[in-house]
Amino acid sequence: MTIIDETAWSPAPDGAEEDGRPLLEVRDLHVEFSTRDGIAKAVNGVNYSVNAGETLAVLGESGSGKSVTAQAIMGILDMPPGRIPRGEILFRGQDMLKMSGEERRKIRGNRIAMIFQDALSSLNPVLSVGYQLGEMFRVHQGLSKKEAKAKSIELMDRVKIPAAAARVNDYPHQFSGGMRQRIMIAMALALEPDLIIADEPTTALDVTVQAQVMDLLAELQREYHMGLILITHDLGVVADVADKIAVMYAGRIVETAPVRELYKRPAHPYTKGLLDSIPRLDQKGQELYAIKGLPPNLTRIPAGCAFNPRCPKAQDICRTDIPLLSPVTERDGGELAGRGSACHFWKETIHG
Amino acid sequence: MAELKKTDESMDATPNVTEVETADAATEAAAVAAIDAPVDRGEPILQVRNLVKHFPLTQGILFKRQIGAVKAVDGISFDLYQGETLGIVGESGCGKSTVAKLLMLLEKATAGEVFYKGQDITKLSGRALKAVRRNIQMVFQDPYTSLNPRMTVGDIIGETFEIHPEVAPKGDRRKRVQDLLDVVGLNPEYINRYPHQFSGGQRQRIGIARGLALNPEIIICDEPVSALDVSVQAQVINLMEKLQDEFNLSYLFIAHDLSIVRHISDRVGVMYLGKMAEIGTDTQIYDHPTHPYTQALLSAVPVPDPESREGRERIILTGDVPSPANPPSGCRFRTRCWKAQDKCAEEVPLLAVPERFKASDSPAAHESACHFAEEKDVVHAA
Repeated sequence: MTIIDETAWSPAPDGAEEDGRPLLEVRDLHVEFSTRDGIAKAVNGVNYSVNAGETLAVLGESGSGKSVTAQAIMGILDMPPGRIPRGEILFRGQDMLKMSGEERRKIRGNRIAMIFQDALSSLNPVLSVGYQLGEMFRVHQGLSKKEAKAKSIELMDRVKIPAAAARVNDYPHQFSGGMRQRIMIAMALALEPDLIIADEPTTALDVTVQAQVMDLLAELQREYHMGLILITHDLGVVADVADKIAVMYAGRIVETAPVRELYKRPAHPYTKGLLDSIPRLDQKGQELYAIKGLPPNLTRIPAGCAFNPRCPKAQDICRTDIPLLSPVTERDGGELAGRGSACHFWKETIHG
Repeated sequence: MAELKKTDESMDATPNVTEVETADAATEAAAVAAIDAPVDRGEPILQVRNLVKHFPLTQGILFKRQIGAVKAVDGISFDLYQGETLGIVGESGCGKSTVAKLLMLLEKATAGEVFYKGQDITKLSGRALKAVRRNIQMVFQDPYTSLNPRMTVGDIIGETFEIHPEVAPKGDRRKRVQDLLDVVGLNPEYINRYPHQFSGGQRQRIGIARGLALNPEIIICDEPVSALDVSVQAQVINLMEKLQDEFNLSYLFIAHDLSIVRHISDRVGVMYLGKMAEIGTDTQIYDHPTHPYTQALLSAVPVPDPESREGRERIILTGDVPSPANPPSGCRFRTRCWKAQDKCAEEVPLLAVPERFKASDSPAAHESACHFAEEKDVVHAA
């Protein structure tokens, strides 16, 4: 079995910062967990970057490592059992994994903030939302309780919670699901961070509320020119908001592409299978294409390409060699900016 | 797999709607016979009429008094035909799961009737009730909590035969369970395994096998795939479609994912705050919706195709669903509706084919509970 160095390819730096560096860059990140059944390799060499004002969607099923990567960036991984054996997370060029706890604390919440999936369990039920929002200002900026409360009301107004001044002392259970998610967004926005990581921000919400929340998030992102990492399993939500997409499978990025390109011409059999397996709203389809089998157990990831047992195109090479995330080109060799696929047979997949 | 058709009684096949006094043994036997009689494909098998479920809100500990009611289901009517799939969609809190529980007789209806082959199942008891329960089965949403972790797969599926021993004789049961596992695409040798040894998709297959065990005619599926990963959802949906053809089942398919509902359903009902807003065939609802709520709901669904998103009109509703304990007067959707006028606050719109479409045979002529029903395609790019 040969293992190919995955750092060889890194995303094209389009729209980078003034100094040419992206806002956040993840390089060859590995995360593993010690479990009773052995070591679960949750993330196995992930590379991605986000620029200011850009939305990167990380798409994957449960267990693909998309949330673990985000937790590693935020520095909220439980360690132990988690471990980061290799990799770099560069925020404005500085490796956060080498920083002290104190330095990371200054970045967390202040420069990089996170929106969690389940607003009800992420908010403290015994503290008023005003207190929880104000905590950001009290801890990071040393404001007084009164000033912090005034700021909280301002924030609640900004995320369009009606009658903010009257509701600032209410508790999380007194808000509806959509309103709670707005409070989570307000909390992430409080200190006007450079980067927001949203982990399945609308999964628990109804479609009509989901549309409201995603619109709000997109609007605020434009306003503050923030980078956004959107983690989701919903191909529909991604199509609506993302600029570029990274598809993850078994702890690796299997495909990266600008959003339109990915839907038009997927270059990895997994992406293609996912797109074919979702029913469409605008047409009545025939039988759905189903990817056979199950996602792999992370303690026993198949040798070679992790997708090979489920892949219709798998050959012998797929069972022995891990495919490198390599640039995808046009049939005539013309460059396709920002596209990459970790498949030995990407040419056949994209060009038919 | 054993015979699924029930042909033991040669009763009149068409259900006649009659009141049944179950106290009388003779009428009870007649009711059981009617319930076991087969229904032709395309005939209504389940008829729901003005079904109401109010959950009382009480105050006080010793002397409880009722101070109001959560109107979870407030007068809905629909038919389920033999062999079809009726999809029910709506946001959380609209009462769709309560409808499932009412049809399963897990909750007692406050008012209204549910006719199964002409028998009002809300008034049945004894043998007739047991026969109905055998014929209407359910597949639950969460395959992690709906299977007992201390029971093996064989016990979970086989337990149904303890309650309805007439379906499978004792010596036969293990074989039956293995057959069922095979039917849902699981290895029959897994019969002695426990639920935690399976993945989410496999567990949902176990749930489906349990639902099939008693050869039911109707399966009520409450969000059967929403807890599953995208790549596994398609497998389960395909399995359910295959089983429907094989065993001639009728599905009531409750879900919030509108794309999946369109894929699997022949007809679709849209619920809002305990009422049916619009009901029709999948083409009528998805391509020619006339109720503003349906239009808003459909337009909010993100379509996995960035090319078509620019061309689609998006209607973003403001606010949240009002509390079902205190629903708005008149039309329940009026507080979020952009078309609302004074009439909407005063008059409850009835679920009927709108006056203006009555004469036409266009797909817009289907039942819609709106005073100002108007056709509008929100799904396809302009």
